[in-house]
Amino acid sequence: MRHSPQLNGDGKLQHLLSIEGLPREILVQILDTAASFVGVTEREVKKVPLLRGKSVFNLFFEPSTRTRTTFEIAAKRLSADVINLNVAASSQTKGESLLDTVANLSAMQADLFVVRHGSSGAPFMIARHVKPHEHVINAGDGRHAHPTQGLLDLYTIRHYKGEFSQLTVAVVGDILHSRVARSLIHGLTTLGVPEVRVIGPQTLLPAGVESLGVRRFHDMRAGLKGCDVVVMLRLQSERMRGALLPSAQEFFKHYGLTAEKLALAKHDAIVMHPGPMNRGVEIDSTVADGPHSVILPQVTFGIAVRMAVMSIVAGN
Amino acid sequence: MSALPDAEALCATLAAALRPHVTPSTAMIGLYTGGVWLAERLHAMLGVEAPLGTMDIAFYRDDYDRQGLQRDPKRTRIPFDVEGRDLLLVDDVLYTGRTVRAAMNELFDYGRPARIALVVLAERGGRELPICAQYCGARVEVPPEMRLRLQRADGGKLSLELKRAT
Amino acid sequence: MKLLVRNGRIVDPASGRDAQGDLLIVDGRIAALDGAARSAGAERTLDAQGLVVAPGLIDLSARLREPGYEYKATLESEMDAAVAGGVTSLACPPDTDPPLDEPGLVDMLRRRAKALSRARVYPVGALTVQLKGQTLTEMAELAEAGCVAFSQANVALDDTQVLWRALQYAATFGFPVWLRAEDLSLARGGVAHDGEVATRLGLPGIPPFAETIALATILELVRATGARVHVCRLSTAAAVEMIRQAKGEGLPVSCDVGIHYVHLSDMDLGYFDAHCRLVPPLRSQRDRDALAAGLADGTIDCACSDHTPVDEDQKQLPFAEAEPGATGLELLLPLALKWGAGRKLSLAQTLARVTSDAARVLGVHSGRLEPGAPGDVVVFDPAASFQVTAQALRSQGKNSPFLGYELAGRVRYTLVAGNLVYEHQ
Repeated sequence: MRHSPQLNGDGKLQHLLSIEGLPREILVQILDTAASFVGVTEREVKKVPLLRGKSVFNLFFEPSTRTRTTFEIAAKRLSADVINLNVAASSQTKGESLLDTVANLSAMQADLFVVRHGSSGAPFMIARHVKPHEHVINAGDGRHAHPTQGLLDLYTIRHYKGEFSQLTVAVVGDILHSRVARSLIHGLTTLGVPEVRVIGPQTLLPAGVESLGVRRFHDMRAGLKGCDVVVMLRLQSERMRGALLPSAQEFFKHYGLTAEKLALAKHDAIVMHPGPMNRGVEIDSTVADGPHSVILPQVTFGIAVRMAVMSIVAGN
Repeated sequence: MSALPDAEALCATLAAALRPHVTPSTAMIGLYTGGVWLAERLHAMLGVEAPLGTMDIAFYRDDYDRQGLQRDPKRTRIPFDVEGRDLLLVDDVLYTGRTVRAAMNELFDYGRPARIALVVLAERGGRELPICAQYCGARVEVPPEMRLRLQRADGGKLSLELKRAT
Repeated sequence: MKLLVRNGRIVDPASGRDAQGDLLIVDGRIAALDGAARSAGAERTLDAQGLVVAPGLIDLSARLREPGYEYKATLESEMDAAVAGGVTSLACPPDTDPPLDEPGLVDMLRRRAKALSRARVYPVGALTVQLKGQTLTEMAELAEAGCVAFSQANVALDDTQVLWRALQYAATFGFPVWLRAEDLSLARGGVAHDGEVATRLGLPGIPPFAETIALATILELVRATGARVHVCRLSTAAAVEMIRQAKGEGLPVSCDVGIHYVHLSDMDLGYFDAHCRLVPPLRSQRDRDALAAGLADGTIDCACSDHTPVDEDQKQLPFAEAEPGATGLELLLPLALKWGAGRKLSLAQTLARVTSDAARVLGVHSGRLEPGAPGDVVVFDPAASFQVTAQALRSQGKNSPFLGYELAGRVRYTLVAGNLVYEHQ
């Protein structure tokens, strides 16, 4: 099982499971295609007929209104039919295995599965078992990957900064549990960003994180110096209970983004956040709503990026 | 096989044929990539008021299921209101007609024009849809295994070329 | 009955012998070798030309899934697998359902196994009732029913006081205690080695010190109680070093490694291959290499299969949700040979780790080819290879990281107490 599970025999994107393992050309293709779709989202008729007659099944084993809605909008703007299945964890205990669920949907003429699952690797397993004309898009698996989020983050950076080869990018917060961070880091290193930093307390940085090609910082002020891009990660409240952090207040004091800390970055630095934000925990309201923040545009770009991904895989 | 016609000369012919019909409500849209080059030239020569529109039909093609999404889509930019316009749709070569069909579908997602006229530098027969050009530079015979396309040199000079279809 | 195994390459790790010859088995015991064997007039002869004749393999950990898990595998299928793999004696861990904490259950298991007349089964009894880590089992009763040692299988003890008392009690009777070194709270929630691979794959990790911290506790308690402890399934380089020092100190400890762990590392997880979901987890390449070296220099006494049949449904799940374990009885021999070849060891040294050395830990007289020893013999072709496929495996567990691999070392005959219990067709 050493071949790439995402690429077909011709090296074209069959599934989007993770940014890791994708060649640079495919990342660039997705970003370029997304740019075309941004144009579509800006006009009055926001639909194109590309996926007409195709069925997109949103298979969300982890609840999420935001991501699911974005995928739904993106699919509908491609004229696809969208079916939402919120398979809550409890229905899994009714005994139907993951593969049985997928097989049943396959029998209903699915073309594209958008899958979010709490266990790392679940979309890979699904992709191994779907039919040749079916495509899987990973909408987030455990801590492992969230490739469409990584792509929209890359798109956002490209939109505001032009290109990647001179940037210093910092990712701040709970890297340990973050699939968003992993995907973004892989994307940044593949696209040639020379300096990628991760900033957080030791408890939130995973073992051997440097092997991802990043520099680790425990001191946020040192880590933000000279940054072009600052990406703040969401801190989940459960982390306070798992003996990883004492309190949100202490976290905010040392790792929250305030205007004062942001001033250490470049004067034209942009601030990103995958959302939803915990104001006052990882980010101060003045920064979130301030001139450096590109958090709202990220959302618009998210629809175009997902349209790009779906239209590329569904055509291969 | 006889030599291909001079693209620059055809351009001048087209401009002459179009000039009497250009009004304040005229707008021009070029189709990537050859059509955009031609449209840029004609737009300047004719002094069309409305800024030039450029269109990529990647999302409206009828061969998506077979070929997938094209590798390098450009952005469609229509910097004027389509509603009620006299549109000149510009492409370099008219062949099967499928590109024009896709372009019209895309155009109607922007609004309802008053009329659309098709302007092409050359047409080569082989139509598969009921589409024709109102303004055409020349008819060129092309063997089915070849492609006829407009090229633009670094200095801006336009020329027609034949290439084997992949 | 007199059975002659003729003309084979007789390898007996216990004596160091590696030479062509003949072997005679009479009434279930090794009777004679070479000249004396030839002239005895056997009723049956097995031709071992071009093959190796060795003591039957002794596997210190093989789950037979009875009682309780008959849907995963049965005694019949797993005993078939054992002898097809040349395993003539095996110890089974107490994590059956119910666990082996009652003499009646142990007795029934031994009778069932005996009735099948294949490999010898040595049950390992539960150290605590229901393996819950609170109350001691009636170890003396269980020993009388046939338990050769006591263990918690993969259910770590979280109360060190209970562990201490259990070791004291076992030491009273001289019973060996087999323990996996794992700190329950450090391992909690983890499914992979806490390192670069787990970080990339986003899998919760089990740090290496989950093993070493628990091992330090165990060694301290051995010092305090004098209990004989066998540490099961080492997984870290650091633990190998700790055992080396403990043995140097003269502590009554022994240890084993799962044969998979001297071949595989966390790199083999690939794209979340659930066949590599194992307990303990596959660790770094450095750890793997230290385990392979430790097994070679004898710091690690022996290798076992840790055979754990899991049905495919439980493996066709996301990595963290898949049931851990790999099938291994039929792969113990070829994987041991592969390890030995890789370390450039002699065949006798290689086989020692799955025969005489395992016998020493188990406390049995088999595992050697000397007159008087039980007639447990395996005859195999070290050069013949086979492909590991679901069809080729007799075990009901088809779950192996080696599926699709070609492995060398094919069993031709297996004898238990002089009976031919397996013959390759």
